[in-house]
Order: sequence, then structure tokens, then C-alpha cells
Amino acid sequence: MSDIIIENLSRRRFLQGSAGLTLGFCLPAVAAGKLGTVATVDAEINAFLKIGADNSVTVMSKHLEMGQGTYTGLATILADELDADWKHVRVEGAPADAKRYNNTFWGPAQGTGGSTAMANSWDQMRKAGAAGRAMLVSAAARRWNVGAAEIVVRDGVVSHAGSGRKASFGELALDAAKETVPTEVKLKDPKDFRLIGKQARRKDSAAKTNGTAQFTQDVFLPGMLVAVVAHPPQFGATVKSFDASKAKAIKGVVDVVQIPQGVAVLATDTWSAKKGRDALSVAWDDSKAFKLGSDEILAKYKEMAKKPGLVAANKGDTAKTFAGAAKVVSASFDFPYLAHAAMEPMNCVVWRKADSCEVWNGEQFQTVDQGRVAALFGLKPEQVKLNMLYAGGSFGRRACTQSDYVLEAAHIVKAINGRAPVKLVWMREDDMRGGYYRPMFHHALEAALDGSGKLVGWHHRLVGQSIITGSPFEAMLVKDGIDHVSVEGAANLPYAIPNLLVDLHTPTDIGVPVLWWRSVGSSHTAYSTEVFLDQVAAAMGKDPVALRLELLAEHPKHVGVLKLAAEKAAWGTPLKAAAGERRGRGVAVHESFNSFVAQVAEVTVRKDGSLKVDRVICAVDCGTAINPDNIRSQVEGAVGFALSAALHGEITLKEGRVEQGNFDGYAPIRINEMPVVEVHIVPSTAAPTGIGEPGVPPLAPAVANAIAAATGKFLHKMPFNTAELVA
Amino acid sequence: MIKLTINGKAHQLDVAPDTPLLWALRDTLQMTGTKYGCGQALCGACTVHVDGEPVRACSTPASAVVGRKITTIEAVDSQRVGQVVQEAWRKLDVVQCGYCQSGQIMSAVALLSQNRQPTDADIDTAMSGNLCRCATYVRIRAAIHEAAQALA
Repeated sequence: MSDIIIENLSRRRFLQGSAGLTLGFCLPAVAAGKLGTVATVDAEINAFLKIGADNSVTVMSKHLEMGQGTYTGLATILADELDADWKHVRVEGAPADAKRYNNTFWGPAQGTGGSTAMANSWDQMRKAGAAGRAMLVSAAARRWNVGAAEIVVRDGVVSHAGSGRKASFGELALDAAKETVPTEVKLKDPKDFRLIGKQARRKDSAAKTNGTAQFTQDVFLPGMLVAVVAHPPQFGATVKSFDASKAKAIKGVVDVVQIPQGVAVLATDTWSAKKGRDALSVAWDDSKAFKLGSDEILAKYKEMAKKPGLVAANKGDTAKTFAGAAKVVSASFDFPYLAHAAMEPMNCVVWRKADSCEVWNGEQFQTVDQGRVAALFGLKPEQVKLNMLYAGGSFGRRACTQSDYVLEAAHIVKAINGRAPVKLVWMREDDMRGGYYRPMFHHALEAALDGSGKLVGWHHRLVGQSIITGSPFEAMLVKDGIDHVSVEGAANLPYAIPNLLVDLHTPTDIGVPVLWWRSVGSSHTAYSTEVFLDQVAAAMGKDPVALRLELLAEHPKHVGVLKLAAEKAAWGTPLKAAAGERRGRGVAVHESFNSFVAQVAEVTVRKDGSLKVDRVICAVDCGTAINPDNIRSQVEGAVGFALSAALHGEITLKEGRVEQGNFDGYAPIRINEMPVVEVHIVPSTAAPTGIGEPGVPPLAPAVANAIAAATGKFLHKMPFNTAELVA
Repeated sequence: MIKLTINGKAHQLDVAPDTPLLWALRDTLQMTGTKYGCGQALCGACTVHVDGEPVRACSTPASAVVGRKITTIEAVDSQRVGQVVQEAWRKLDVVQCGYCQSGQIMSAVALLSQNRQPTDADIDTAMSGNLCRCATYVRIRAAIHEAAQALA
């Protein structure tokens, strides 16, 4: 069990509206600005906004930029209400401070995840921008002795038409910071947005195209040592003994220390540390290690699936319905462990100072990591300073419920009594074999058709490890033994089926650490539900789009995206196939993180069973489109990420050892496998919802349904076994 | 001591001869634009140019490139093709997490330096050694075409 507990978590809390104007501390004192020879003075207008004498507008991002466009999105919202000039806007990662920078959907915890960054910040950033604007206006009105109502703000310039006076933000900033923070602010009418809904360019493009973007891997500190760790070959194994003599003989190796996670080799540089690690001789105690292989785990899950599980959703009377059914369709589905495999392997820099500690990290889980590091060093959380850097991908991995790699770095520093700052570097193999995978799952589904051929019953049984149990989120997300994220996307099946039962088995004796992986439960539930529905449609002799529309009458947002995707894909028109090739079109629709995505995939299957996804047409409803181009970008990327899992992604175990180590065994798709992607956005004035993850879930089922349309074969295992598709 | 010519400048490096060029660049010279991703020439995040050819720095010993002309992302804008590619990348907002993009750009610049009008198939061949876990491939392809047009 975790010693850190996050309560009051509700993904839907924002629907109740946010309370009041909470902008954190207003510090009218000036802070020294950017590094450089010219001292630029920044006025801190509120917790999210600093304005420099040079007219720079600095937006403090409480969320991690890991590729999803958060820095640009948050800045867009604030800058629009501020009426700033976009070219003067820059973004800085906020420090760890849950009082000011908590995720408003997570109660008192700061962190990024669940595709909540825009959704939880929408009101907050609008108010922060509008309050800043009001303070600039007040300062100008006072200086010019004119009425505030007569002042106009546009593109970073405050002006008064009557007197012809004008001032830039920079000229007013220090005075503005002394104005009282307004308790109420007037937000713009959406029709007056000048940045939101437009094509504001990414703020991180320049740094990420010239090599200057700073990732954790790029941190260098005076006297810093690099640590590479020998990790146990099985989860739960520990160090029995080790011989470091060969490692210590390598030039550059400074020290070798045992930590709870293994044996760390510290060196002056990464290559020496790696050579030292590889030269270690470690005897492992495997008495408590997890020793099963994937095949044995799956066999166990299939056995468990024979018995009823804990009920996650129940409507009508499924037992009676299935007993009286005219026809029953059934299928089972298998999903492997999946690694996040971000391009930047996990890493972390920790510097223990006299009465504090400083951490550099692509920091996704501030409150949890800060609490754990503080506890290890016997410090108070506020004595641990977290520097949030860009993350070279995460997909959930850097929001580790157990702070695994962050704590590993801290343990190394503790083991050397804090005598040097340490950069822990995981080699690709450490990252691939480091656990915290998307859990393996087995699903069994049955559908009942009545005498008139109507779909009247649905039974979905899932078997898989819980991500949340034992995490700081347990109190909020595990209810009556049901981990919400194990059944999300299944327990809330949107289709109008009068009798529905969803039940869950959660094995507790599997020693493989599991974690959220981009789209979490929906990464498997969307597949089983949407492929199975097509199988049912085939049994009913119905068109997959027509059947969905029939069953979604109560869900207008699903219908909206489904119709849009079908129309843009010219659903129902024939696809031309070359000689010897089979082509098909498939559809899937899924809600996740309060957003709705439908995708139509077009697939070519060759005689040998190999396949190419040619084109994917996506329709998205994520509320107000803060940055339409970033929405397209996220959905394009989600298609590629999900396709990697559908075609290749699989972490397998043999006698408890992970079989894959690098990108040869675990292969994300490459450019030649990337389909053409079209993204269509449903116009909306509703509050924004998630977009980092929701593009992932419908892809694999849409592709599988397209394969079935081309070949008549429904695939029940991910990654796809193309041998089943040989003509 | 190993003597390397990087971005037109001579450097004396005190590294073991087996040290990959990647770690010599990153840890010894603190030129961090070139990234570590796999250590086995599987992902392309470490791509640099050696005499104009794209090379995986993680699997190239520093001692093997003595006397050769090494160019990294930090100096890719010293040639027009490099500037045009960076501009296309920015215009289309190709990047997401950005970690692989130094390598992508180095591969794209090498391609366009030799082939001013690459087809989609040429792009697949030249770029398939560069993984992007964010799957920005749609935009990488578009940006290469965009840069090719600008260079035409």
C-alpha cells in the first residue's frame, strides 16, 4: 500500500463548474527574469502569468509537455483572454506546488494525465488571463486618469482612444502587479476569441528542431555523476551478492553501490557507467521473484474467465435473456503487456543539498514524486524542488504510481550520502524490461439475439491486473473491488441493449508491475467491444454503421462523430483492389476522457496475410477546439501509436523474464507503415475535453473490422496474427 | 586523446577509444542535441552526418571518425538545406515530444542533399531508420515535400 493517498478525485468534477477565482498567490514583488547580461525584470501578475519589461508574456504551465501540445494549449487560452501578442508569449514549466498548481480534477494533487490538461485548466487559465488583462487596464486607467471602461487591449497593447495614449504590456507590468487581483472577471464571448480555435503555432517547435530543447537526459551539473543500474532479471528478485572489481577497474567508474532496485554503477560519464554496469557480476536472490511466463498467465486468466467475476455493470436480466436467446454469438480476446517505450528512456537527476533536494525530470506526477523523495530523505515535501523539463514522450510512463525511477535515482544519491548530484540513465533495455506495462487482459464476450434477430443481451467478462490498487488513487478509483480503469469503455458501453452484464476478475498474484498506457482501459475495451459488435452485426446481417446508429439513439455525440467519419470516408462505396489483394473498410467509435472519436480504416490484405493500413478517416468531438491543428496532430500520432500495438506491440515473459529488450523485439511502426490520416473536428462550444489519448482506442478495432470486411476473419488477439489472413 | 572535427571546429577529446561518437558529443562536449534512444542503431535518434552521410552516432566509435567531417543538429542550419528543412518542420508543427526530431531532421537533410525531389518511396527508404514514438510521420513526410518545393 502506498503512503501517499490522493482523494477527491473525479474525472467529471469539472462538469459541476469550478468555484470562484483562484489564481494562487499574487506576488507584487518583482522577480529576476531570464538569465543573460541584460537584467529583464518580470512582474508576477498571478501564479500563471509573468510579464517582462521587454513585453514578454510568460505563461507558467502546471502541466508537463510530453509532446501533447500542452504548453501551447495552456498559453493559447491565457493569452487569448489577456489579449496578448502571440509572438511575445513564452511558456515555462511551473514548479511543484500543489497549492497553486494542482490538477483541479485531482483535488490537492499536481500532475498530468487522463487527458485532463486542457479540460481542468480551461476556466483557470481563462480567468488568469482575464484577471491579468483587468489589472493592466486598471494600471493604465490610474496612470492616465481615465475610466477603465474606455480602455482597449489588443495584441499586447493597451490604449485609450480619447486621449490617444498607448502603452505596451511591458510598460504597465510593474504597476499592474500592484493592482488588486479582481474577485470576478468577465470572460470573452467565444465569438471574440482571437487565438482559441485558430492556428496558434507550437511554442516548442524552434527548440525541438535545433537541438536546444532541454530534456532530463541533457542535464549537466557541476560534479554530477551518471548512474547506470544492474536491475534484477525478474520482477521481485533482489541482490544476493555482487562483485564490483571488474566494474571499478573501468576508467571513469567512481563508485558502485547497492540500492533496493539493484546495483548502481556511478561514473563520470554515461558510457563508462554502462561499461561498468555490464562488467558487474551480480548474484540474484529469486526466492520472491515472479517466475511465470505469458502463456501461463494467459492460461490462468482463461481459467478464471470460466467463473463469474465481480459485477461492474448490470442491467436487465442477462441470465434469462441468454437462456431464451434464439442465437448466441461469442468470442474471446487476448491482449498482451505493452511497454510505453518513450523515445527518451526513463531518467532522473537528483541533487541532495544541505537542507533540501532538487530534482530534474520530465515531471508528470509532482505531488506523488515530491512526497516520496521527501520521505526518503526525511525532508518536508516543500524542501524538494522539482524542475519540470520536456519529456521525450511518456504515454503514461512518467506518471508512475510508485515513482519507480525517480525513487531509484534518489536511492542512489542516498547510498553515496549525497556527495554528488546524480543523473540516473536507463539504457533502452532497462526501460523495456522495467515493468509498469499496460496490463495483459483476457476478455470473453457473448451477445444474445432474440427470435426477431434483435440484439437483446450482452455479457462481457474481463480478466486482468488492477493498475490503481496499491496506488495513491485507490481510494477514489477502486469501488467494491472494481478498478474503474479495468472496465472503462466496457462497463459504460453506450449501445442500447436491454440486458447487459459486465464482470471482472482481478488477479492479485501476478508480480508484473502495471500502469496506465495511453488511453488506459480503453486501449483494450474499445477493441473487444467494437470488434465484437461488428461480429454481431455480421451475424445479424446488418451494416456496421447502420447497427451502431440504431443502438446509439441516446448518445448524440457518438452519433455525430460516427456520421461525420462515415460521410468523409464515403462509407458504403466500393474500394478498388489490385489483383491478388483484398481490401476492406472498417469502423469503430469510442468515448474516452469525455471525448468522442470515430475512425474508418481502409486496409489492404495481401495473399500472404501481410497488410497495409492505407488510410484512416477520423472524426473528433472534444468540445471547444483550442488549437485545431494540435488536435489533428494528436489524432495523427494516436493512429500511429495504436497501430504499433495492433501490428507489433507485445511484451512477453518467459520464466518471469521479459523477452524483448530493444526496438528490434518491440517495434513501433516506422514511416513506411504509417497510413494517410484525415482528421475532422466537430464544431463545438462546449468546454474542452481530452485529446492526448482519445484518438488511440478506435484505431485497432477499426483496422480489425476493415480486415474482417476484406477477409471475413475477425482477429481476436493483439498484436494481429497475420498468419490467420493467408488467402 | 582523440581529435575530431565537429561542425567545422577541431576538438581534442580525452575518451576511451571505444566510446561511441554519441557519448563523446553528449557527455564530453555537452552537445546534447544528438539523442540517445537505443544504443543499437535501431531508432535513429542519434543521427549525425559524417562527410555528409547520415550515421548513427550510438554505434560509431569516436575513434572511427577521426579526420572526417562531422555535422550535428547544432550546426545543420549552416547549410541552406538544413535551414529549409528546419523551416518546413516549424511551418507544419511536425514535432510532438521532440526527442527524435534532431535525428529525423539530420536524415531528412541528408536525403534532400542528394535527392531534391524525393518521392514517397524515397522518403520511406531514407527515413525508415528513424523511429518516432509520437508517430509524427504524416507531418515528417509532408515537411520533406514542403522543403523539396522550397529548394526547387
